[in-house]
Amino acid sequence: MAKDNAEKYSFRGLLGLLKKGIITDNPTFVQLLGMCPTLATTTSVKNGFGMGIAATAVLVCSNTLISLLRKFIPKQVRIAAYIVVISGFVTAIEMLMKAYFYDLYGALGLFIPLIVVNCIILARAEAFASKNRVLPSAVDGLAYGLGFTFALTLIGSVRELLGAGTFLGHEVFGSWYSPAIIFILPAGAFFTLSFIIAGVQKVRNHFSDKQRLDRLSNIEETSDIPAYYVRNEIAETDGDSSDGSTAPDNRQTERTAVENTDGNGNDKTEAEGGKTL
Amino acid sequence: MNFTALSFTDVLLLMLGAVLTENFIFSKFYGCCPFLGVSDKPDKAIGMGMAVTFVMTVSGAVTWAVYYLILLPLKLEYLRTVAFILIIAALVQVIEMFLRKFVPALYNSLGIYLPLITTNCAVLGAALVNIQKGYGFIPSVCYGFAAGRGFTLAITIFAGVRAKLEFADPPRAFKGFPMTLLAAGLLAMIFSGFSGISF
Repeated sequence: MAKDNAEKYSFRGLLGLLKKGIITDNPTFVQLLGMCPTLATTTSVKNGFGMGIAATAVLVCSNTLISLLRKFIPKQVRIAAYIVVISGFVTAIEMLMKAYFYDLYGALGLFIPLIVVNCIILARAEAFASKNRVLPSAVDGLAYGLGFTFALTLIGSVRELLGAGTFLGHEVFGSWYSPAIIFILPAGAFFTLSFIIAGVQKVRNHFSDKQRLDRLSNIEETSDIPAYYVRNEIAETDGDSSDGSTAPDNRQTERTAVENTDGNGNDKTEAEGGKTL
Repeated sequence: MNFTALSFTDVLLLMLGAVLTENFIFSKFYGCCPFLGVSDKPDKAIGMGMAVTFVMTVSGAVTWAVYYLILLPLKLEYLRTVAFILIIAALVQVIEMFLRKFVPALYNSLGIYLPLITTNCAVLGAALVNIQKGYGFIPSVCYGFAAGRGFTLAITIFAGVRAKLEFADPPRAFKGFPMTLLAAGLLAMIFSGFSGISF
């Protein structure tokens, strides 16, 4: 336990948290949480980035405060308490944006107050901040916030490039390009996200295949069972594990990553929660 | 209090608009999480849609009353997000207890979906739209109801589509969520056809 804690506060441990939030456990592309703002506010790079940063600010603040209060919040009313904390910060961010970034505030519209019901923030509060100390919680909030920002910026870039032929308002393609307006429309949001997630799944399938092949060669070297039999068995299980939107293969890498003691169980419920919320 | 004056016809058109042209899912993206998450079986989708409609109608009335009778006179408008989300959370609890006690049949069909509604952005979204557009009491309630019906329509159609998708054999990378999103995109294209109708 002591060793765990020491590891958690080390620079490497925190870096591991960052990597987990931004890449291996990306809230949008891997966990599939927070779909409403992801689809709605990514009509341009600027809007997507702005939404991501607003959510990141709320996430860091709420994770920090919830982690500070974790010993005082009774278990029965914890969700209500988290929502109050989150909505307080959302109100503050909304006022700040109204004062300093009025254009963005106008463009994002109701989706700024709707950060309150963003499942990513509640999921991080429940799964991480309520069980960990302040510094890791803040870093965890930052990591997932940046992961969300990265996802929104990427989707926003694709949609703006294809749908308007511009990037951050500057023309990219020459006059020969006639923009495909469908990408700015709601349908384009679904299509863009679909193709990006398919790409992510392709990469993850590749890694899980590799892992499985490694395991296969290990079995072949060490066991008496004929190799063709093992190979068949693995091919059969293959279909089951590749259909899910949440990768069982991730568990392996997560176990080595720095995480609270029952991190694996948590992540599972969290991913399932994302599907139902 | 200055409300946008709406005649009976206006309210009807507002409701029709909330169901078709300004559908909460396909044009505004409110409530996408349950739309993508709970739509794998048609009966589940209908249950969720009914529960959302119910809570949206009631919360449309209650949030309106709280905003105009409590927050506005006390000059606490900036607290509306905090107040609304708490009202919705409390309301969901109360509705759940009420149904369990008095209408067990309805509770059995809607009960499991009720707790999920607190974090459904469609409910909070409808309450905020009512305030933003300055609707009066009756239009607020009607708008909440119609938006809920629009949500139900979308999620039910989509559940039917997904039931067929079960038999599809997409490329491996597209299995699961990407296929669902593609189907949703096609439905969104169909619904964008309604935007040609102007009221």
